[in-house]
Amino acid sequence: MSGKMRWGDSADLDGSDDDFDVALPASQVFGPDANGVKTIIDYRIKEDGLKVRTVKKVRVNTVTKKVTKEMLARKKWAKFGDAQRYKPGDESMTAVSIEEIFLERHRTTPKSESEKSGDALAAMAGSNTSLLVCRICGKKGDHWTTKCPYKDLASMNTLGLGDAKPPGEDDGPGGASSGKGGYVPPSMRAGASGGQSMGDSMNRRRDENSVRVSNLSEDTREQDLQELFRPFGPVTRIYVAFNRETGESRGFAFVNFVNKDDANRAISKLDGYGYDNLILRVEWAAPREERK
Amino acid sequence: MRPILLKGHERPLTFIKYNRDGDLLFTCAKDHHPTLWYADDGERVGTYVGHNGAVWTCDVTHDSRTLVTGSADTTCKMWDVETGTCYFTHQARSIHWFPYDHFDQPARAVALAQGDEKMCISTDPFMGVPARVHIVNVAANREEQTNEIVASFGDGVEGRINRALWGPLNETILTGGEDGVIRAWDVETGKIKLEARDHKKQIQHLCLSEDKTHFVSASLDKTAKLFDSETLECLKTYVADRPVNAAIISPILDHIVLGGGQDAMAVTTTSSKAGKFDSKIYFKVYEEEIGSIRGHFGPVNALAFNPDGRSFTTGGEDGYSRVHHLDNDYFRIR
Repeated sequence: MSGKMRWGDSADLDGSDDDFDVALPASQVFGPDANGVKTIIDYRIKEDGLKVRTVKKVRVNTVTKKVTKEMLARKKWAKFGDAQRYKPGDESMTAVSIEEIFLERHRTTPKSESEKSGDALAAMAGSNTSLLVCRICGKKGDHWTTKCPYKDLASMNTLGLGDAKPPGEDDGPGGASSGKGGYVPPSMRAGASGGQSMGDSMNRRRDENSVRVSNLSEDTREQDLQELFRPFGPVTRIYVAFNRETGESRGFAFVNFVNKDDANRAISKLDGYGYDNLILRVEWAAPREERK
Repeated sequence: MRPILLKGHERPLTFIKYNRDGDLLFTCAKDHHPTLWYADDGERVGTYVGHNGAVWTCDVTHDSRTLVTGSADTTCKMWDVETGTCYFTHQARSIHWFPYDHFDQPARAVALAQGDEKMCISTDPFMGVPARVHIVNVAANREEQTNEIVASFGDGVEGRINRALWGPLNETILTGGEDGVIRAWDVETGKIKLEARDHKKQIQHLCLSEDKTHFVSASLDKTAKLFDSETLECLKTYVADRPVNAAIISPILDHIVLGGGQDAMAVTTTSSKAGKFDSKIYFKVYEEEIGSIRGHFGPVNALAFNPDGRSFTTGGEDGYSRVHHLDNDYFRIR
């Protein structure tokens, strides 16, 4: 049975109109298993007619307590003193804490460790090189992104690609709305028309002058490649592939150059270059579509 | 863990005691009614009505039939645990002992000897009379109970004797008090056998281990110390960041629980921002803190472990007792 269940449906099913539960499977109980976890599966119908399957996992914790005859006898003692006024079991003097109280574990980090981490932070704060990274050319510690000497180059190459049409004089799908001068979402704007979506332009940016570097050693980081490729010309992007689960390097990277000539020179010089005891393979990166 | 709150007392708690089987819980407070609770669910069984002053300590016999309480009303009463009736009172002016005529002073610590044949009562310094420890017989037959003091000693003690315990084999009585000195008294001769001057401030609580080979002391000098009960050698020191009012030893694990907190009077004169009213659990051997359990909104005055080691109760200046049935997580701590 799918979707909404009406009372009429259930009446049709079993010929009686008294209960919904007939259509529901019986609740099941599994366990407790080796870890003492009991699984209870319940089915019910919500007020709006939807069937709900509830799976409850309960850890069963059995505590054995030995009780002597004397202790049992003491359990039946009559109340005395001030407690006499109260009925047995009805005690306003006792309450269970509403709050769950935990044993708050006291963690003493070894002093040397905490000092070390403090040093690392101090070192990072001291040398602003690692904190100051240009987002355009990727150079660290040299200048701010806004002051990048390759700013013009980069923006030219990454944004105004392909379409020579200047924005505004377009008659694509977004043309009608753009004429009124209201807000136009980026995907509907002139530059994005003609079947070229935003995603394409992003891909293009990635593929532009992209060089694939493979046979890298596992400890190679972006910074190392920066040092390696920077002498050939301004670099817009460096991406080192890491395995998402293990965090290990997958042994290849992509380096994007601002200029195609720089990329060419880098390929000719660095292909077959010995780096970290490995022989690098540097080639033009294949476009995404082809790799699929 | 959801602690059970026992809300019977109207004044700060002073002392908590479990019976031998761990099913009954006795609480004493500065209101005049020691109270009996079921230790598992916290149901109040009854109150012992008869005292006329703050009740400082209590002790219960091995068979859980007789409760003895020491009170600031200068009496020490013996109660039938089940019915809550007082069957004997060690009354001021009725006890005759050498060299004084009677004990006229507030009773502070009471402790039953192993075997429940004797008990010791410590009395506070009062009207120029210094603190002393008195030993009285406990009659098996209640009708035969007398107020005769068997022995009395206390020479050299300054200030109150806050706690008195019977040492191993009833050979000594261990006392700790305002002068910060732990003394082992020879029960036979009444002389000081050994002294330990490790604490810098007054001692609030003493608690023997299950096998009575060692005991822990709680002091206002913000430490608790573990002592050998034969030699009074200080074995371990547990440093806390607040005055310690009570310290107990887990009967099943090598753990120590400390309770205390900034004294209400000292809150305004100290820079401490937090009250530190939580109970701290320490490794007995490593002296390292394991964790803390919070809940009270006043200093913790009293602590007691259930003899089965699976729960403990704290009593606070706030008038509440909290029964902590410890989670399985606690027992997995290594």
